Amino acid sequence: MFHWLEKNPFFFAVGVFLVIAYAGVVTILPDFMESARPVTGTKPYTVLELAGRHVYIKDSCNACHSQLVRPFKSETDRYGMYSLSGEYAYDRPFLWGSKRTGPDLMRVGNYRTTDWHEYHMLAPQSVVPGSIMPAYKHMFKNNADIETAYAEALTVKNVFNVPYDQPDMPKLGTYDEAKKALMEEAALIVADMKDSEVKEAFKRGEIKEIVAIIAYLNSLK
Amino acid sequence: MQANHALNYDYSVAKCFTYATILFGIIGMLIGVVIAYQMAFPELNYLAGEYGTFGRLRPLHTSGVIFGFLLSGIFATWYYIGQRVLKVSMAESPFLMVLGKLHFWLYMLVMIIAVVNLFLGIGTSKEYAELEWPLDIAVVVVWVMWGISIFGLIGIRREKTLYISMWYFIATFLGVAMLYLFNNMAVPTYFVAGMGKWYHSVSMYAGTNDAMVQWWYGHNAVAFVFTVPIIAMIYYFLPKESGQPVFSYKLSLLSFWGLMFVYLWAGGHHLLYSTVPDWVQTMGSIFSVILILPSWGSAINMLLTMKGQWGQLKENPLIKFMIFASTFYMLSTLEGPIQAIKSVNALAHFTDWIPGHVHDGTLGWVGFMTMAALYHMAPRMYKRELYSKKLMESQFWIQTTGIVMYFSSMWIAGITQGMMWRATDQYGNLAYSFIDTVTVLIPYYALRATGGLLYLIGFFMFAYNLYKTMTVSKAIEREPQNASPMAA
Repeated sequence: MFHWLEKNPFFFAVGVFLVIAYAGVVTILPDFMESARPVTGTKPYTVLELAGRHVYIKDSCNACHSQLVRPFKSETDRYGMYSLSGEYAYDRPFLWGSKRTGPDLMRVGNYRTTDWHEYHMLAPQSVVPGSIMPAYKHMFKNNADIETAYAEALTVKNVFNVPYDQPDMPKLGTYDEAKKALMEEAALIVADMKDSEVKEAFKRGEIKEIVAIIAYLNSLK
Repeated sequence: MQANHALNYDYSVAKCFTYATILFGIIGMLIGVVIAYQMAFPELNYLAGEYGTFGRLRPLHTSGVIFGFLLSGIFATWYYIGQRVLKVSMAESPFLMVLGKLHFWLYMLVMIIAVVNLFLGIGTSKEYAELEWPLDIAVVVVWVMWGISIFGLIGIRREKTLYISMWYFIATFLGVAMLYLFNNMAVPTYFVAGMGKWYHSVSMYAGTNDAMVQWWYGHNAVAFVFTVPIIAMIYYFLPKESGQPVFSYKLSLLSFWGLMFVYLWAGGHHLLYSTVPDWVQTMGSIFSVILILPSWGSAINMLLTMKGQWGQLKENPLIKFMIFASTFYMLSTLEGPIQAIKSVNALAHFTDWIPGHVHDGTLGWVGFMTMAALYHMAPRMYKRELYSKKLMESQFWIQTTGIVMYFSSMWIAGITQGMMWRATDQYGNLAYSFIDTVTVLIPYYALRATGGLLYLIGFFMFAYNLYKTMTVSKAIEREPQNASPMAA
């Protein structure tokens, strides 16, 4: 049979394809629906948090930080409750990472605060002596992209039925409504910050990346 | 079949991709060395504002070496090997010639836009699949062009039986196509919401499912870019360079179909102790161990091809590169399954042992084999002997030293890190704060970066040697049968 296949490229290719496609079908499909189900209490991200998540992705925070607490005592002692599949139901993409150059961030919102993050992003060594994390000063200069974050929220709501605007769930509404709610949410974070430029910018109606990413990090619980 | 000898193979596309391999090799490895030193000396993060931070550069390094250096190398060797094993010249088909050149230029365009994108932080965060949807579509077009080139050349072939290398090239094409398409499925947000950035998209899969699809892709991108096409190369170049026939046809058959079937299951080993279903994790673990068989099958087939001819290792540095490559393939494919055992993975996952493992495969196996392939091709493409054997010898030893420094420092670093994360004091409390487990690694990071630097220096020697071969080396009249001619 193999000799015959080696003379018939079409059937050879079909054969190879069947052999390699098989595993994906068998491992990914059976639990697909179940794995996508949220656990009770999991909520979709607000627009501000989503904008922060985009900053997290833009600077590849996931290259050094995981968001996956494995079920070992050494991990639950350090980071909190181990991760459940349903907690990730609204994570598109997932951000588990594959390397922990820095600590896990799955539940960082439980034990870090807005002002801690502000110092840390400006000068990591000021709050964690010996840290090898670079400072992310440009997050204090660049504006967060609110429109794209809103577009993403609306997309997942319409396409994947993510439960925005449902009882007990974050409100999305129109862009103007969402923007208004976002400014209120951001105001609470800016109030806890020291940086005068960020505060000035906020008064002008601008949201800096640092505000959005802190909102996102605070939401990780 | 005397027509073979009269055939004039056309290497214009292979040459273009050879230049691209060198270019992206330098860029990708240089960035790799920079980010490696950044981990030891964080001040190096501030050389280029926000564009020089580790976060921005890391995807550039991985994409640069995988899709820049290596993919170019794969294309270069394809446009060389394909014609020869099918006994047909590309020049016989004007269509395939035009297509090949288009393939090259479109590939370069996509790569350049991709580099700019990654500097700007535009991406999806998925490892080795960072590009946003407009570029994904362009990548698919490039890939389809390569597919047409493969099957087009097969269509006009004289040699009816497909040589082993062809199996692996076909598998590379199909495997990457399938994986890339499914993993990059996303919805462009602009077209739904009518606002925001037009190139932004959101993944079709959420959370655990997204992770499963990503590592099904991520692991097998390794399979179908780092392994399958490299085996295609070694099955052609080692017998050619050494003048020895492949040791066993049956072993190559077993290894090929075994690899095809087993590899795709192994992605789950990236997700051990995560929230993916337990049975998927177990399957990933088991199949990773089984994977030793087909991997070692190919490697042993290559080693035994040299049976009775080990003297060639002393005389011919190219043989040395290739045998070293397949030995490193064996090391890497033994180390991987060990790390995929659940209890070992509990310690190794998230630590530096993983990049250590990746790099003994990529530097030792992939890098050495690709460079040996281009060395073998150069005298045949440019009709000149290789410029310097001595330089090649020094390159070999400098790079080997670099690789050993790299993986040994990462082994120690990874295991240290894993042990410290779980260490407890006599009362059962965690013994170390996280930062303790970082600062202790800095000497190893410095050592690793220096190992990488040695490898990069060796790559510059390779580039220089090839450049001299192309331009000033002594011309040769007849194409060498086997051992590549080289000046001392």
